[in-house]
Amino acid sequence: MPHLAVYVGLLHRSEQTLADALRTVGEGHAAEGDVYHTCDTLAKMSEEHVRRLGPIARRYGEQAAGEDVEEPERLHADGLAGVREGPVGLLRDLQDLYVLGTLVQTTWTAVAQAAQGARDRELLELAHACEGETGRQLSWLNTRLKAAAPQALLVAT
Amino acid sequence: MDRIADIWGPRTPHAKGTVWPARVDRHLEEGVAEEDVERWVRSACVLCSNGCGCEIAVKDGRMVGVRGVATDVVNHGRLGPKGLYGSWSWANSADRLTRPLVRENGRLTETDWETAMGRIAEVSRWLLAEKGPLSHGFYTTGQLFLEEYYTLAVIGKAGLGTPHMDGNTRLCTATSAAAFKESFGTDGQPGSYTDIEHCDAIFLFGHNMPETQTVLWMRVLDRTRADDPPKVVCVDPRRTKVAEEAERTGGVHLAPRVGTNMALMNGLTRELFAGGWVDEEWVGRHTLGVEELRETVEPYTPEETARICGVDAGDVRRAARIFGESERVLSTVLQGFYQSHQATAAAVAVHNLHLLRGMIGRPGAGVLQMNGQPTAQNTRECGADGDLPGFRNWSNPAHVRELAELWNVDELTIPHWAPPTHAMQIFRYAEQGSVGLLWISATNPVVSMPESSRIRKILGGDQCFTVVQDLFLTETAELADVVLPAAGWGEKTGCYTNVNRTVHLSEKAVEPPGEARSDLDIFLMYADAMDFRDRDGAPLIKWRTPEEAFDAWRECSRGRPCDYSGLSYDKLRGPTGIPWPCTEEHPEGTDRLYADGVFNTDPEYCETYGHDLLTGGTVTPQEYRAKAPAGRAHLKGAAYVPPHEEPGEEYPLLYTTGRTVYHFHTRTKTGRSRELNRAAPDAWVELSVPDARRLGIAEGDRVRVESPRGAIEVRARIGHVREGAVFAPFHYGRWDPDEVATDGAPRQANELTMTIWDPVSKQPYFKTAACRVVKVADGDGPAPAPTTTASEPAGGSVPPTRGGPEADTSAEPTATPDYPCDPAVTHEAPGHIAEVAAPGRS
Repeated sequence: MPHLAVYVGLLHRSEQTLADALRTVGEGHAAEGDVYHTCDTLAKMSEEHVRRLGPIARRYGEQAAGEDVEEPERLHADGLAGVREGPVGLLRDLQDLYVLGTLVQTTWTAVAQAAQGARDRELLELAHACEGETGRQLSWLNTRLKAAAPQALLVAT
Repeated sequence: MDRIADIWGPRTPHAKGTVWPARVDRHLEEGVAEEDVERWVRSACVLCSNGCGCEIAVKDGRMVGVRGVATDVVNHGRLGPKGLYGSWSWANSADRLTRPLVRENGRLTETDWETAMGRIAEVSRWLLAEKGPLSHGFYTTGQLFLEEYYTLAVIGKAGLGTPHMDGNTRLCTATSAAAFKESFGTDGQPGSYTDIEHCDAIFLFGHNMPETQTVLWMRVLDRTRADDPPKVVCVDPRRTKVAEEAERTGGVHLAPRVGTNMALMNGLTRELFAGGWVDEEWVGRHTLGVEELRETVEPYTPEETARICGVDAGDVRRAARIFGESERVLSTVLQGFYQSHQATAAAVAVHNLHLLRGMIGRPGAGVLQMNGQPTAQNTRECGADGDLPGFRNWSNPAHVRELAELWNVDELTIPHWAPPTHAMQIFRYAEQGSVGLLWISATNPVVSMPESSRIRKILGGDQCFTVVQDLFLTETAELADVVLPAAGWGEKTGCYTNVNRTVHLSEKAVEPPGEARSDLDIFLMYADAMDFRDRDGAPLIKWRTPEEAFDAWRECSRGRPCDYSGLSYDKLRGPTGIPWPCTEEHPEGTDRLYADGVFNTDPEYCETYGHDLLTGGTVTPQEYRAKAPAGRAHLKGAAYVPPHEEPGEEYPLLYTTGRTVYHFHTRTKTGRSRELNRAAPDAWVELSVPDARRLGIAEGDRVRVESPRGAIEVRARIGHVREGAVFAPFHYGRWDPDEVATDGAPRQANELTMTIWDPVSKQPYFKTAACRVVKVADGDGPAPAPTTTASEPAGGSVPPTRGGPEADTSAEPTATPDYPCDPAVTHEAPGHIAEVAAPGRS
C-alpha cells in the first residue's frame, strides 16, 4: 500500500488546515456572534480528528518510511492567511472553508475505501466516525452561506 | 386580601382526577365599589403567557379593575397579582403617547399621522427603489393580537417580500417552537393545563412557575397541597418556591451549575435506559433514532453528570427513578432552559424523556413548553416572526405555493430561500446599515436584548431609520426617528392564544387616549400608503376590521396543525376560550395533541426538516425523506459541550438573569402599577451566603457587577442562589416612575450579557456569562428585592413585602361549572380519568 500512507498524512494535515482556517474565519468575523462560536465548535471537531488520527498516522509513517511519492507537497491545500472584510468577504470566506471541508471529506472517503481494502479496522472505524462529522461541518457552512448570500449580494455596501 | 403579600391566594386543594374548583378573583381601583362598575368587558389577561380569561371593569370611560371568568378553562376564575394590579392601571397614566413624533434636528417633535406615516412611506419607497425589499426589517413582539401579526406578516412577506421579520418572542419562546419542530415535526403544544390534575409527578425544568405563571402555580399547589400530591422535581440553580415544593412532596431539587443543563438531561436520559424504564414497544412504533440517542447519552453516568453539573449523583438517580416509575408525568420548561446554553438540545431532551416512556397525549402525561408572553403563540402561528404562517415549511415549495395562492401573489415574492432572518441577525444588518428601515412594535430591545450598549448604538446611529410603535416613550422609542402612539389592551379588539393553545377574544372596553391607534390600524395605514397590490391589481390586504382579519387568518390556518377553521368571533364570545385545533369535526377544540401517537413529521406536512442540534446546520429535504418518518417522532440527542464563556481568574462567578413575580418584561406596564412597583421598586443582584462572605458583602450593600461587556451598580440581596452564581432581574432599564434610577449608575442586567444565541432556535443566551462582583459602598437598608419569592433573604431581619390597603382584592368561591374538553370528573372520584380522543390531523 504505497500511497495510503501519503493519504493518511494528507488527511492529518488537511484536518489541521481546516481547523486553523475555521479559527481564522471565526476570529476574523467575530462581530458575527454565531460565526465566531460555531467556527470554534467546528474547529474543535477537526482538532479531535487530528488527535485521533495521530497514532494511525504514526503507524503508517513508520511503515511508509522512505516512501517515494513525487512532490507530496503538491497534494496539500493551503489554509487561509487571513479573512476578507464585510458581508461579501464573509460569504467568500465561508466558501473557502467549504472547499477545504470537501477536500477533507473526499480524502476521508478515499482513505476509508483503501482502509477497507487494507483490512485496517481501526482506520476504517475512525473514517466512518469522522466522515459524519465532516458532513456536519459542511452542512453548517452551507446553511450559513445560504442565509448570508442574499443580503451580501443584493443589499450590503 | 393583599395579593402582593399573598401571591397565590387561598388554597382549594382537591383530589387527583377531579376538576380544579372555580373561584373568582377581583380587584378594583381604590374608591370604586362593584356597584359603581358600569360595564364588564370580556378579555384575557396579557401580563404573562398563561392567558387567564377575565373581564375588564369600566367606569366613566376608563378601565378601573378586573375580575376572573369562572367558566374559563384556563384559570377557572383566578387571576395573579400582575393581572389584578397591573393589567389595566397603566392605561390611565399621564405619560401615554397620544400623538405621533418625528425627529426634527435631532429631537422628537409632535406631529400628525399624515406627516409621520408620510415620512415612513417616503423612506420605505426610496429604500425599495434603491436597495430592494431586503432593506426592510420588522421587529415585533409577543403582545399584539393575532389579527395584527397576520396583517404584518402579509405586508412583510407578500407586500414587501422581506425575510427580515421577527419578534421579541425570539428572546422568550423561540426555543419552545424550535424544540417542537425538531421532535414532533411542527410547532404546537402537546400537553394541556388539565394534565396537572392527573399526573403522578411534575418536572419543572428551568421554570420558576410561581413567579412567571402564578395562576398555573395555584393550580399546581391545589394538587400538591391535597392528600394525594404529585411529586415535584425542580431543576433550577436557585432555591425557588418550586424547590421548596419539591422537598415537601418527596421530590428532588437539582441545582445544576449554570450552563450544564444538557449534561443533566443526558444523565437523566441514560438512567431511563439503565433502569429499564423505556417503553420499547411504544418507542419502536412511534419514534425514530433511539439507538443513536442511547449511544449519545452513554457516557453520562450519574457520577459523570454529578461531576459536570455540580449536583449529587444520588439526586440524579432519584429524579430519574421518579420519572421512570410514574405512570403519568407532566413536564414544563421555561427560560432556565430556553435562555441557557444548548437551549434547543436541552428542551428536545425533555421530549425525549417523554417519548422514551410513551408519556405523551394522555391526561397527566404531557409536556408544556412554556411561552413568556401572552400572544407569543400567535407571533409564531401567523408568521410575524421567523416562520411562515400556519406552521408552513419555508423549504417546502408546496407550502410556499399555498400561501402565494391564498394571497394571490407571485411565489417568488415570498422569501423562502433560507430560514427567515432571526432578531439578532436583523439587528446585525441594521448595525451594518444593510437594513435601512427597522420597524419595532410593542417591545423595548434597548432594555431586553443582550449587550445593551451595542443595541443603543445600533438604534441611535444614522445608518438605519427606526420606527417605534408603542404605548409609552420607552428607552427604545427615545432613539427612534418616528414614534407612533398605539392603543393597548382594552383599547382595541382582537384574539390571542395562550401556552396551551387556548384562543380568547379580547373586546375593546375604552377609547385609546388622544390620537393613539390600534396596531392593526397602523399597519393598514402603512399598507395603504405603500399601495401594496396582489397579482390582479387589487389591494393586497383585503380586510379593514379585526373580525375580517381574523376570518382571513382562519382560512390561512385551515388544514394546518393550528387549525382555527371552527372558530369565529361569535363562538369566542361564549363562556370560555377554546383550544385549537378547532374544526367542524371538533367544535369544542382539542385539549391535547398526539393522543393517537401520530406526530406531524410527514415530509409533506412538517414545518421543518430539522437541524443538527449542535451547529444548527439544516437537514436537507432528501435526507429527511430518506428517514421516512411517517408520523413517528424524532428522538434527537446531543453531547454536552461547555458554555462559551466560563468563569476564570478575572471573572470568577457565573452570571444569570431572570424575572420577579411583580414585573413583566421591561416594566412598561407593571412599573406603572403602584402596588407592583412598590413591591419591587429597583434592581438588585442575588449572591449566595458563602460568596457574599468571601467578598465581604452584606445584605443591602451597593455592589458593582462586571462582565467583559459592561457593568451595573445595584444593591445586593444575600439569598438562595447557588454558590458561584449571581442572579440579576432583567426588568429594570433607565426609565423609572419614581426616578430612583436617576443617580446615573447603570442597573440594566443586559449590560453584562453576551451577543450569542442558540444554533437552532437562535434564542440569545441570557443565562451564561462570567462576571465579578465588588463592593462599592455600605448599604443603608436591605436590597429592594421581594421577600415573598425566590429572592427571599437567607437570613437577617428584612421587612416582608406587603401591598398595603389599596392592594385589597377579593377571592370568592363559586360553583364549579362543567368545562368543555376537561377529562376530569366534577365530583370527587379519585383515580377516574376520562380518556378524551384528540383528532388525528386531517
